[in-house]
Amino acid sequence: MSSKAAIRAEAERLQAVFLASGASVAEVDLLQPAATLLELYGEDIRARAYTTCDPDQGEMMLRPDFTVPVVQQHLAGGSAPARYTYLGEVFRKQPAGSGRAREYLQVGYELFNSTVPAAADAEVFALFSEILLPLGLTPVTGDIGILLAAVDSLSTSEARKSALRRHIWRPRRFHALLDRFTGTLAPSPHRAALPGAAGDRFAPLIAAAGPAIGVRTPGEIEARLARLQEEAKTPPIAAAESDVLDEILSLRKTLPNAFDHLRVITGDLPGLDGAVCCMARRIEALDAAGVNVTDLPFEASYGRTMMEYYDGFVFGFIDENWPDLPPVAAGGRYDALCRVLGSGQDARAVGGAIRPERVHQMQSRLAGSG
Amino acid sequence: MDLRLAVPSKGRLMDKTFDWFAARGVRMRRNSLDREYAARIDGADAQLLLLSAAEIPRELAAGRVHLGVTGSDLVREGIPLWDQVVTALAPLGFGGADLVIAVPKFWVDVDTLDDLDAVAADFRATHGHRLRIATKYHRLVRGFLRDAGVADYQLVDSRGATEGTVKHLTAEAIADITSTGETLRANHLKVLSDGCIHRSEATLFKSRTAVWNDAARTALNALQARLQIG
Repeated sequence: MSSKAAIRAEAERLQAVFLASGASVAEVDLLQPAATLLELYGEDIRARAYTTCDPDQGEMMLRPDFTVPVVQQHLAGGSAPARYTYLGEVFRKQPAGSGRAREYLQVGYELFNSTVPAAADAEVFALFSEILLPLGLTPVTGDIGILLAAVDSLSTSEARKSALRRHIWRPRRFHALLDRFTGTLAPSPHRAALPGAAGDRFAPLIAAAGPAIGVRTPGEIEARLARLQEEAKTPPIAAAESDVLDEILSLRKTLPNAFDHLRVITGDLPGLDGAVCCMARRIEALDAAGVNVTDLPFEASYGRTMMEYYDGFVFGFIDENWPDLPPVAAGGRYDALCRVLGSGQDARAVGGAIRPERVHQMQSRLAGSG
Repeated sequence: MDLRLAVPSKGRLMDKTFDWFAARGVRMRRNSLDREYAARIDGADAQLLLLSAAEIPRELAAGRVHLGVTGSDLVREGIPLWDQVVTALAPLGFGGADLVIAVPKFWVDVDTLDDLDAVAADFRATHGHRLRIATKYHRLVRGFLRDAGVADYQLVDSRGATEGTVKHLTAEAIADITSTGETLRANHLKVLSDGCIHRSEATLFKSRTAVWNDAARTALNALQARLQIG
């Protein structure tokens, strides 16, 4: 059997487990309209997905993952609870010389609108753990919800919080913003020189700078200048608070220890309480689903550099022999993505995908050494 | 002749390239028929090819020419992992231009990438689409903005008259090559203070993928000695 055929057979074996867990098969197109993906992921997706042009439909992309089309298919069919599995190729541009696969199979399992989110998280993770158990992979979990809640509970302006929330998934930018909001980083000379006068002084300043060309209006500039004035008047975020945020971001412990640590932090940041309670319910649910939570690793920053759609529980299964390769399987909760695609329609989802060629490689290696 | 050298086929870039080589004792001449893209070279054991400056990076990357003169911006934009594919032998000291990000001058609230990023978020919320940046340097601009952590923008392709796109409502900002900044000013645009993506100049590149047999290597060594480079 050729290796491609063997990988497909492995993928089908994996999918059979998902089918046995009650999932129905989702089939989605290989060619996806680029507009939706660009709207969601921005320019970065152009660097990662293969684009092509249809004379009638415009820019199209070769399916870079299943999540978006599966969510769309689910939303089109209503919002009843559902479980889906899919199997097929995804296409990703890779850095020149990296030797990484540009075309590979994914087998996935996605769970929509279950009534108890914690139980849904646990169901998906337990299923992936069980399937991958023979491979001896290292699991890792995280929770973007904790990070979002930590930002929300800072005692500072809503504008700053929303700027930080927006860049949760870009750690470098996030820290640059935080340094500015704590006063560690001085404002640029240009920013410092902006007028501190009342709003009615802005219009002449804008008019004197040049003709108003383009879509962005002088009114929008005035509004931003007013916000910058507000920002300049906002007291810096206290060092104690940003230290706690750093402490959360760098948290790497076993799940129970991480939970205890976060509960202690809640004393300083009461706003974290809701997210920590969510975590408690998830730990219980994981335990009830038969997962060994005692040794399960938790990394608060896990999932921050993945594509920005996970906003709750996240997980991955890593091959310690190849720690630099992407995880063999990964997934998480993406309620926000459902909200965006469903334009307000009530949808929540958690799921994940396995890369069968990595599973096949590991099995061949295990068979060879055993 | 085993060494193939490509130089720009027209305009100031060709003239300046000819001057640069002539000043170092290598004379290049276009054949007397002005419309024919053929040329002679004296003072070097090489075959001279006149090519469009925009195509020289591709020829270098494919190894179809051993040496080529072109803008460093075109090499960086056109060749993935360019520094593993070509070596810069010598900057030629002309054709200097900066690839910059520019916004309307009346955006008095915007001076840095930080501002651009914040405005992109506001713009998207207000107008329902991402802030558009017109450019033909997709790879360089995208990489630069990714490293800077700028989000909520999109690139729109512009193959010419890029400075006019803002006025024509097809983009909110531009990323383009400028030498004196005059065209930017005439179109009421200003450069972000930290918006310089690359300082480009005409450069002599060596292909690392071309076949370097003994004769080609000998010819290169002789040429380098004559040009007093590398």
